[in-house]
Amino acid sequence: MQADGLEKIGKDEAKQAAFEHSVCFLNVKYVSVDGAVWGNDYSVSDAINIEGLSHHFGNQQVLKDVSFSLAQGRQRALLGPNGAGKTTLFSILTCLLRVAEGRATVFGNDVARASGKALARIGVVFQKTTLDLDLSVSQNLAYHGAIQGMNPRRVRDRAEQELKRLQLWERRDDPVRNLNGGHRRRVEIARALLHEPDLLLLDEATAGLDLASRVSLQAYIRSLVQEQGLAVLWTTHLVEELEADEDVVLLRDGAVQAQGKLTDLVLAAGVSDAKDLLLGLSAPPGHP
Amino acid sequence: MTASAYFYCFLGVLKRELQRFVQQRTRFVSALVRPLLWLAVFAAGFRTTLDGLAIPPHHGAISYEVYIVPGLVGIIVLFNSMQSSLSMVYDREMGSMRILLTSPLPRSWLLISRLFSSALVSLLQVYAFLLIARLFAVTPPAWGYLAAFPAIVCSAILLGALGLLLASIIDQLENFAGVMNFVVFPLFFLSSALYPLSQMREASEWVYWLCAANPFTYAVEFVRHSLWLGFSPSAFWVTTTVAVILTTAAVIGFDPSRKMLAGRPGAH
Repeated sequence: MQADGLEKIGKDEAKQAAFEHSVCFLNVKYVSVDGAVWGNDYSVSDAINIEGLSHHFGNQQVLKDVSFSLAQGRQRALLGPNGAGKTTLFSILTCLLRVAEGRATVFGNDVARASGKALARIGVVFQKTTLDLDLSVSQNLAYHGAIQGMNPRRVRDRAEQELKRLQLWERRDDPVRNLNGGHRRRVEIARALLHEPDLLLLDEATAGLDLASRVSLQAYIRSLVQEQGLAVLWTTHLVEELEADEDVVLLRDGAVQAQGKLTDLVLAAGVSDAKDLLLGLSAPPGHP
Repeated sequence: MTASAYFYCFLGVLKRELQRFVQQRTRFVSALVRPLLWLAVFAAGFRTTLDGLAIPPHHGAISYEVYIVPGLVGIIVLFNSMQSSLSMVYDREMGSMRILLTSPLPRSWLLISRLFSSALVSLLQVYAFLLIARLFAVTPPAWGYLAAFPAIVCSAILLGALGLLLASIIDQLENFAGVMNFVVFPLFFLSSALYPLSQMREASEWVYWLCAANPFTYAVEFVRHSLWLGFSPSAFWVTTTVAVILTTAAVIGFDPSRKMLAGRPGAH
């Protein structure tokens, strides 16, 4: 039911309805029975909403007044050279770092005040592998399900679904140590999706993978956005991973330089392509 | 979050620690070899040390093997707790701690679950050791094994929390081994694990007071009394109180951002 109506509806129904409206750019909100609001009103239902976020490590300012949002069912790429603040931003969104200044919300839940509610809706793949190499694929997934508070039976069902979708079902009993880099990444994605999050954070998830694995992973992630209405914020260093109409946020020295469609940003910067745009970001300040 | 979510999380953390324990069989063997060497070699050499002495909770003379076994239970728990803390520092360095901390459940619950999972592994090692100790004529009453259960858990929580606190303070894996030498050995030797405090006092008054101020002494005494179906109020209260204080300090002192982003120059 729409947010101003009387009757509340199921989560999946509300989510699907809101997603359909967001595709049509209609500003309609829905409320599911658990009280969550779904829809494309940026103030409430954005998957991510960051306003004036700043962060320091000692005297070093690593984020400077960062503001941007990510709508539900959309995908945005966070681009920037090393030290731009991408990892710090991910650490704040996943509540590993405290918000020092500004505000960050995940589906309306302030990560500083309602971290549990925010984290329950996030699936994350960190740049560095975080799997337990001594345990098997299914044991890793079972552990993740448990720390998400999931019923073991539900974990088994979901693990089967995700591992089959990612063509890892046959390898479920293999120790992670025996998997190659591409397979490990797929296990991490299966794990991130296990608890059916609404937002997926991918921090350089394709780093170190061969071309075939990268293409396959990207295609899978895009299908999740299109078919399931998942919101995805991802970072990459690889220009070839970006599509022409990619929605991007450019970070440099902890500040947002620009945001929008990649083609528009390339045009606005007066450069020939995305590669030159990123090279410009990596150049020292004041340098062309 | 519902109560069942907390329960599933707790069970999941316990299960993971057990799975890791099963995978690392050498850890189990080495955990038993150390105290068995003390029991078989060290205790044999000191067999006459306690001749004619009645050490509480025993009412008559006991062999040195009988005296030393609770101390060796203490050292099993102590080493396992430090091993578990080392694994936590390793997890933090390797990044897998990040995944645990992205759980929607409160961090305090996650850390307490970690403490109990470490205690579970200690229990398995301790009971395996106590069974082998029967071969050395250390045969506590059958109910003593059950009575010692809460004492071992309490001691494991105390020492696990100490390890967790150290893991929160220590920056790098390499530093942890060094710190262990400054913590594990003084805790063990300055306690009643190897010698009764009364004998310690006869030898040196200040060593006695150091031993009396050491919480590990009370953990060992708690196990000793329970195993032989006795009860020492001071051992019980000191062990449980220090366990609660250290657990609270470890939970409050745990800062997930510490070293997680460091060690990666430019990883902002």
